[in-house]
Amino acid sequence: MYRRTLLAAALAAALAGPGTAAAVTDAEVKELREQVRHIKQDYEKRIDALEQRLKQAEAVAGKAQAAAVSAEAAASSASTRPAGENAFNPAVSLILNGVLANLSQDPARHQITGLSPTGGEAGPGSRGLNLSETELVFSATIDPNFRGTLIAALAPDNSIAVEEGYIQGIGLAHGLGFKAGRFYSSVGYQNEIHAHARDFADAPLASKVFLGNQLADDGMRLSWVAPTDTFVELGAEIGRGRSFPGTNRDKNGAGAGNLFARLGGDIGASTAWRLGLSHLRTTAQNRSYDDLDSTGTQVNNSFNGASRLWVLDGVLKWAPNGNSTYSHFKLQGEYFRRNESGNLTYDTAAASLGTQRDSYRSAQSGWYAQGVYQFMPRWRVGYRYDRLNAGTVNLGLVDSGTLTAADFPVLTKYNPTRNTLMFDFSPSHFSRLRLQFASDKSRLGVTDNQVFLQYIMSLGAHGAHKF
Amino acid sequence: MKAMKRLIALALLVAAWSPLLAQPAFAQLKVFACEPEWGALTQELGGDKVSVYNATTALQDPHYIEAKPSLIARVRSADLVVCTGSDLEVGWMPVLLAQSGNARVQPGAAGYLEAAPLVPRLEIPKVLDRSLGDIHPGGNPHVHLDPRNIAKVAEVLRDRLMQIDAPNEAFYKSRTAAFLQRWAEATRRWELQAAPLRGMGMVTYHKNLSYLNQWLGLREVGALEPKPGVPPAPAHLADLVGRMQVEPAKVILYSAYNNSQAAQFLSDRTKIPVVMLPYTVGGSDRAKDLFGLFDDTLARLRAVFK
Repeated sequence: MYRRTLLAAALAAALAGPGTAAAVTDAEVKELREQVRHIKQDYEKRIDALEQRLKQAEAVAGKAQAAAVSAEAAASSASTRPAGENAFNPAVSLILNGVLANLSQDPARHQITGLSPTGGEAGPGSRGLNLSETELVFSATIDPNFRGTLIAALAPDNSIAVEEGYIQGIGLAHGLGFKAGRFYSSVGYQNEIHAHARDFADAPLASKVFLGNQLADDGMRLSWVAPTDTFVELGAEIGRGRSFPGTNRDKNGAGAGNLFARLGGDIGASTAWRLGLSHLRTTAQNRSYDDLDSTGTQVNNSFNGASRLWVLDGVLKWAPNGNSTYSHFKLQGEYFRRNESGNLTYDTAAASLGTQRDSYRSAQSGWYAQGVYQFMPRWRVGYRYDRLNAGTVNLGLVDSGTLTAADFPVLTKYNPTRNTLMFDFSPSHFSRLRLQFASDKSRLGVTDNQVFLQYIMSLGAHGAHKF
Repeated sequence: MKAMKRLIALALLVAAWSPLLAQPAFAQLKVFACEPEWGALTQELGGDKVSVYNATTALQDPHYIEAKPSLIARVRSADLVVCTGSDLEVGWMPVLLAQSGNARVQPGAAGYLEAAPLVPRLEIPKVLDRSLGDIHPGGNPHVHLDPRNIAKVAEVLRDRLMQIDAPNEAFYKSRTAAFLQRWAEATRRWELQAAPLRGMGMVTYHKNLSYLNQWLGLREVGALEPKPGVPPAPAHLADLVGRMQVEPAKVILYSAYNNSQAAQFLSDRTKIPVVMLPYTVGGSDRAKDLFGLFDDTLARLRAVFK
């Protein structure tokens, strides 16, 4: 305050002009001048200091703003992956799978009586502790037109198989879809679902005998989804028919064809359903299997001819208000019917009664139905019933009296059945532990009581929630 | 095989004709909304020019949806898909897009919009490891419970509608402007209503209320899920009861799609009140639209103090 008064006095003196100044002595003027100079210096210092502080404050504020901007930028760029040569790496996931099996019958003697052996994984696997197939999945967008996927199965015997490896058209218009490569055929419902995503530790008997456990062909698929609110999908596949029910052949063009139609929708908010019909046609060349003939000798027989399979499938899923987190129920069933006609060669290696060939005609069927109920979060229980009908098999060699039915024990008329009960617990979205009991009457006159304890875990990229 | 070839040719012929069957000239814009909040927002901006299909309801957990046939059919004919993104729909949306055969709504096209990348996200994990639960690399995806985020998404959504449906450009523009004005007013009103809630400690079921917390200044002092996506377990709940004795929360919150059991269990032992929040449009009777959603959410939160 004192300084301000002085300043005011000095200013007043300065403004007052020379008239009044003359009234004061030189000494007084000098003193006043000195005081003003002091005040000026003092204020300059203070202003400098203030300016300095202002600058600092501005700098800090600027930094804060910059930080805020970069934080926001970081936040919004976090979903995009960092740049660099890794940035385009495909999504990778790995499925680890192990099982402890307890089987009352020797798995080496396993047989599904009444239906031709497929050469696929029809048996229940080995006894004891086993590593099941480990799946390694790579997938990524290739360019704006294609997406690629490879699913390799690392088998416990240290071999690697390409389970699926395909390219897929993306961004096709008008509901069209396109796939090429090796992929699980759209025949029935469960064939397209990988083992780790299934509700039981093993495949239905019908899948085992009609599709060789699971049919993956090398070929192409074209599908079309109708522009309707109800789901309507039509599709066609052509493939080389490399595995059961077909066989690998040295042939140009396609060796197998599959047509499928699907219909699906919702019933209210709680229920979703899908129905499907598919028809697979292929021809087999020297499709061989081993059997013990009437002399007790192991012989190799082979089939040549056409195989036609019809599959009718249905799935119904229910969850209260469509919220499957707490409880849900899934009902699933498939009916298979197969007609084969051609000829059967007995004892191709002439190991027993000599190589002979005559006609073969069969009409066989099978079905399964299963229900899985999640009664509380993470816990599920399921039941499955399997049944196969050996139907009619007409063997020219037997009809003509050349050989007897006892020379073809695998084809003895028998209707295999199996009852399966399953419990599973999923500690998280990425892990599952399963206990399964089955009473398997696949082999004539024998009941195999099976217990499986299984783990299925997935790591890496998040899997798809397929219907 | 000949019969097969003929059938394939027939299928192709039908497919080639399908666009003519599908699109009458006067059609509304078909919008597929992954969650009801985006369906409601599109309805606000598009009025009668859009026909909105919501893939999920407020009673469903948007993480755990299957790519069911009805959804494939709807994506197939959609002109615009509006989803949350940030991996919320990672389990089902890629399957729907791949199976739809609809080029207009593939990621990168004008007809595909994700909301989460448009707003600053919370809880972006520094470490990506599933031992931390079902975490999202892009950050917490439940962005819609901060109304300021809704406004941000509305502007981009308006631009997309204008781009896809150019003849109605002016309509979307004026309708969005009117919506944003009403929304700004409502947001101010909600902020005033929520002033007494600032600093209130809350226990959440899942980490799906983080944006609401940040907006209103609520403090999350616990979660019923031990880790995101892992269901409440007895040991964790017992631990939570102990922690509530040290640092009691004012309220236990869960969403319409969550089961009330765990929240009720904690409430019975701690005497902390439980409040169900609609979480999204359709989650309660009053949450009929976005305005109703926030009106009801705030009313339920304020009731804790009465």
